[in-house]
Amino acid sequence: MHEDTVIRVDNVSKDFHYTGNKAGTIKSLVTGIFQSEQDKNADIQHALKNVSFEIKKGEFFGIVGRNGSGKSTLLKLLAGIYAPNQGEITTSGKLVPFIELGVGFNPELTGRENVYLNGALLGFSRKEIENMYEDIVEFAELSKFMGQKLKNYSSGMQVRLAFSMAVRAHADILLIDEVLAVGDADFQRKCFDYFKELKRTKTTVVFVSHDMGAVREYCDRGILVEESEIILAGSAEKIATQYNKMFNEQTADAQQVEQERWGNGAVSIDEVTTKVAKDNVDVTYTVNAKEDVDNPIIGFRLRDAQGRDVLGTNTKIEKQKPGVLRKGDSLTIRWRFPNVLSDGTYIVDPSVIFADSITVADWWDGAATFSIKTSRHFPYSVDPGYEVDLAKGKARV
Amino acid sequence: MFSKFASRYRYSVILLKQLVITDFKLRYQGSFLGYIWSLLRPLALFAILYVVFTKFLKLGNGVPHYPVYLLLGIVIWNYFIEVTTGSVSAIVSKGDILRKINFPKYVIILAGSFSALINLFLNLVVVGVFMYFNQVEVRAIGLLFPILVLELFIFSLAVAFFLSAAFVRFRDVSYIWEVFTQGAFYATPILYPLSLIPDRAAKILLLNPIAQIIQDSRYVLITENTQTISGLYGSPYARLIPVAVVVLSVVIAAVYFRSRSRFFAEEV
Repeated sequence: MHEDTVIRVDNVSKDFHYTGNKAGTIKSLVTGIFQSEQDKNADIQHALKNVSFEIKKGEFFGIVGRNGSGKSTLLKLLAGIYAPNQGEITTSGKLVPFIELGVGFNPELTGRENVYLNGALLGFSRKEIENMYEDIVEFAELSKFMGQKLKNYSSGMQVRLAFSMAVRAHADILLIDEVLAVGDADFQRKCFDYFKELKRTKTTVVFVSHDMGAVREYCDRGILVEESEIILAGSAEKIATQYNKMFNEQTADAQQVEQERWGNGAVSIDEVTTKVAKDNVDVTYTVNAKEDVDNPIIGFRLRDAQGRDVLGTNTKIEKQKPGVLRKGDSLTIRWRFPNVLSDGTYIVDPSVIFADSITVADWWDGAATFSIKTSRHFPYSVDPGYEVDLAKGKARV
Repeated sequence: MFSKFASRYRYSVILLKQLVITDFKLRYQGSFLGYIWSLLRPLALFAILYVVFTKFLKLGNGVPHYPVYLLLGIVIWNYFIEVTTGSVSAIVSKGDILRKINFPKYVIILAGSFSALINLFLNLVVVGVFMYFNQVEVRAIGLLFPILVLELFIFSLAVAFFLSAAFVRFRDVSYIWEVFTQGAFYATPILYPLSLIPDRAAKILLLNPIAQIIQDSRYVLITENTQTISGLYGSPYARLIPVAVVVLSVVIAAVYFRSRSRFFAEEV
């Protein structure tokens, strides 16, 4: 291994074997003997095929790919959680994986006890934790709550505590899954500050992400994983561009977003389309009446890729009356709003509700998606444009 | 030399300590008396055994200090059961952590063993108190008892390693082990003195390391009026057979656990 290379992945493959029922039984051991070779192959899933790459000391290295492409498996192989079926992974130096924050957190223990437990998993002795305990608590802003059981914490408090632990881990190599960057805006800002700090201190980081904005901003190099193989390796810009190209082709099929649809079927939503222009975004869909409906409330909601509400409205709020829809009638509605959205993917959830505001006729979560690409990277969904005014003066004493 | 060893196993030691502490804290959480239960349980058990076996069944006629003799057997057996039964699901129940971080898996099993060991010591204190009140004569040979505890610790650990790794793949293991230990309880001279059993059968029963450990412990701590493996076979070398069973278990368990532990994260 070259002395600059801290991670070397050499022709690694990983398969997962599934037995009929996941938890094996002695019975399957016996019946397995009589299973033909072909049947056995049917239960194998190839998660990664002949993957090779190297990461150099001090690099911020991105692994990007769609869900199920094998990138998380790759991260777990690097972390030593999985063992490869073929090939070899060599790492040098202390490696700390953040596949998830707060590993080992136990709801029945107090915040304080969980700090020690999580700390031990990160490799800190009790004495080391004692020395940094005050800092951890202060950073998490939880001084008053450390004696309480973790089950009484809000999820935000838990994440704060976990993150406060994570940033203290001393490692030569950090493996960071994108899950680290979820949470409220304030927390995301803390995460990105942390990434900047890592970059400044030249820590070797392997970063798995969907967020091409973050990849462009922080990563030096990266690989693009698709269907268990590396299809592209190179600069972060090259990877992110290619990913966006592929991702946009895919969203046309609307396969990415989980769809959920309910309602009594008195009307049905159809032909949901979106059009993104520089200044405006159009959301258009057709409402077909299967029964007579009096003044239904037609609306939509926009969510970001993390599922957080961004904006939305309906005909009642906008004081619009669609009138009576007779059986067989159809109505096309177009919503146009200023394009103040920042970089990312957005999900459209159209809905039709009866005039009573309670009975749902048709509610379709994830009916359509679209992406916005801008050069400005934001942790927030809306970017209305800002005017900044700085005025210097003398501080009052 | 030592510091090199220490730095290599530093992570394991940190983790082991923390898991034992956590386990101890969680064990009696929410119970009013808390840790006192560790002492109350063997005391209550002793009270029951005392009434049943000395007032009604009278199995122990002829064995001096029979109640304490009985209690010691139970305490040793309970340790074995606590370690092994607890281990069966130990790896699987930590699946959540296993899938997120890589750490030496044997620490989980070792931590369970040490937690049970703390309990064993508390129980032995109770045994000691009853030995005092029963006016059991303390003899120099009692100094050999720690060796027997060590044998017990190692054998239980080996079985625990094997069971925990096997359970990851074969969930039948928990049922098999439950049935097996119920049978084994009666095939081990715990409730009855070995003298009630025909010599030929007793010779076979004592090949079981747990039976050997229980009888030897009773011999060194309570009364020489205890049948041990060397007494039955007429040679102290007979003890090498259960010891060989222990060594063999350790080898098999270590090899099996090591080979399987690589795949725990994806199989749990």
